[in-house]
Amino acid sequence: MLATAIMTSLNSQSRAASRGMSDIKIRNLFIIPTILFLIVFNIFPLIYSLGYSFTDFRASTNAPANFVGLQNYRELLNDPFIWTNFAITAKYVIVSVTGQVLVGFGTAMLLNRDIPFKGLLTTLLLLPMMLSMAVVGLFWKLLYDPSFGIINYALGLGSFEWLSNPQMALYAVAITDIWMWSPFVMLLSLAGLSAVPKHLYEAAAIDRAGPFYTFFRITLPLVAPILMIAIIFRTMEAFKTFDIAYILTSQPTTEVISIRLYKMAFQEWQTGRSCALAYIVLVMVLAITNIYVKYLNKVKER
Amino acid sequence: MAAVRTPSEKALNRLAIAAVIVITLIFLAPIYWITATAFKPRNLATTAPPTIVFQPEISPFVKLFTKRSQLREPPSAEVYAAAPWWERMVFDGGEKVVRDGKGQVQLSGYPSRFMNSLIIAITSTILAVSMGTLTAYGFSRFRVKGEADLLFFILSTRMLPPVVVAIPMFLMYRAVGLNDTHWGLILLYTAFNLSFSVWLMKGFIDEIPKEYEEAALVDGYTRMEAFFKIVLPEAATGIAATAVFCFITAWNEYAFALIMTNRRAQTAPPFIPSQVGSGLPDWTVIAAGTVLFLLPVAIFTFLLRNHLLRGMSFGAIRK
Repeated sequence: MLATAIMTSLNSQSRAASRGMSDIKIRNLFIIPTILFLIVFNIFPLIYSLGYSFTDFRASTNAPANFVGLQNYRELLNDPFIWTNFAITAKYVIVSVTGQVLVGFGTAMLLNRDIPFKGLLTTLLLLPMMLSMAVVGLFWKLLYDPSFGIINYALGLGSFEWLSNPQMALYAVAITDIWMWSPFVMLLSLAGLSAVPKHLYEAAAIDRAGPFYTFFRITLPLVAPILMIAIIFRTMEAFKTFDIAYILTSQPTTEVISIRLYKMAFQEWQTGRSCALAYIVLVMVLAITNIYVKYLNKVKER
Repeated sequence: MAAVRTPSEKALNRLAIAAVIVITLIFLAPIYWITATAFKPRNLATTAPPTIVFQPEISPFVKLFTKRSQLREPPSAEVYAAAPWWERMVFDGGEKVVRDGKGQVQLSGYPSRFMNSLIIAITSTILAVSMGTLTAYGFSRFRVKGEADLLFFILSTRMLPPVVVAIPMFLMYRAVGLNDTHWGLILLYTAFNLSFSVWLMKGFIDEIPKEYEEAALVDGYTRMEAFFKIVLPEAATGIAATAVFCFITAWNEYAFALIMTNRRAQTAPPFIPSQVGSGLPDWTVIAAGTVLFLLPVAIFTFLLRNHLLRGMSFGAIRK
């Protein structure tokens, strides 16, 4: 479908058409395999699971799938436990992204001046976001341990329970996520801050503008678009979060929607129902992605 | 920012420098702690209060690679004396190395998982970057109908939550026998990285002036020759940066690996946490496995430092 659309569109600028392959052939040869590959590995599975979402299929048995219509969707949307999972996810997104913005943007403000070894310090600060989320979750388990963990020792908290405490576990997961992803917000904020023209600050200094005025009237408005990209991107990622939360704890209070989905599909083997839930999640993710891409294009145009 | 002039500004600047150093130390502390644990003797890894000063040793790394069992009683003096240096370390920890019938040392599960990670990450990176570079060139240099929509489609595939895609992929892979195979994960990671590779490479290729190829075309090069001899060498830095990003993503991936593999093709990220499973975990060995796994990424981060901004923003923000 898409492939034929590309093939039929004509290219007038084929100067090398007489020698070797024509430009249109080359363009199709370069683009179509990628589009087809992505369709096979992303769109086709989604169509496949859309079909299953209307059935009571269980992948653990050989029983054939029965068509149940919209029953899965109706049950899921009326299930208070699913809404609890969404509420946990929302809380997690808010705590984690707010923390990342405060720490990341704050650090970027501090770094945005003449600092010895600035490059080295920045690279060291960026290290956490490059690591594997699963492995980070694992070693934070060691750090959070109530009896031999270094966090309680360093903060003098005695044998405070982080992960086995239902009230605290979600915050513990969020703290780990903040540690890991504040560097991302910092990186983007630094790019935004360094793009603010210096003469604006000089003008503000001549006008004897206070630091608050300078920050809210010059710095923040100019950094806002890039900061917004960081916020939407992190919101999207936090909404999908799985690895860190799954490895750190197994509390019901940290069961974000991806974990619920994983358990429904691969532990309870409610394949049909989980496909329906996957679709509900997918629609939400695509909505955020749409906003994100609009913002990306906006910033690119500047 | 404006140059520092007054004494109070100087003091403020010093304060900021101090704050940055403190923040950096706090951010590095978890990484330091896991690294330190990888060099501790087992009895010092989980003490309360935590042991901060200790004599580092490499026994956790020896234990990481070998299959071991608990010793009932200490080995006899002869056995101990005849053992190689690394086996003595295992004896000292109250364990012995498991050997098969021919006396060959048996390996733990770690080396094969590490190799799987390498094979899968490298192969999928090569596939994603080569396809991505071609596609990026196609989008950058030729008129494509519905270009914006196609690029959005390509990007959106990257944004899908892994668990959502994994459910149908699991069923499809089971039907064609790709579950728990290297190729299964390689293809999934290629698909996952392909969109990223297209977006990033498009940014790099857009920056290469079209005039270079046009001059080559005038000189009698075909479009293909111009692409391979002029554009590719110009894009080398971009290709390298994209490759490193793809490698890191594939290397770190967890959810697909957890769902699609269990033994033969299992990669390190699902394997390392599974060691904590039951009983009293030996945190020194887990830490050693973690450090060895994180090391390539740490090195790559330093090599990539000038491209991180671009890579993390899908090529949208360039310095």
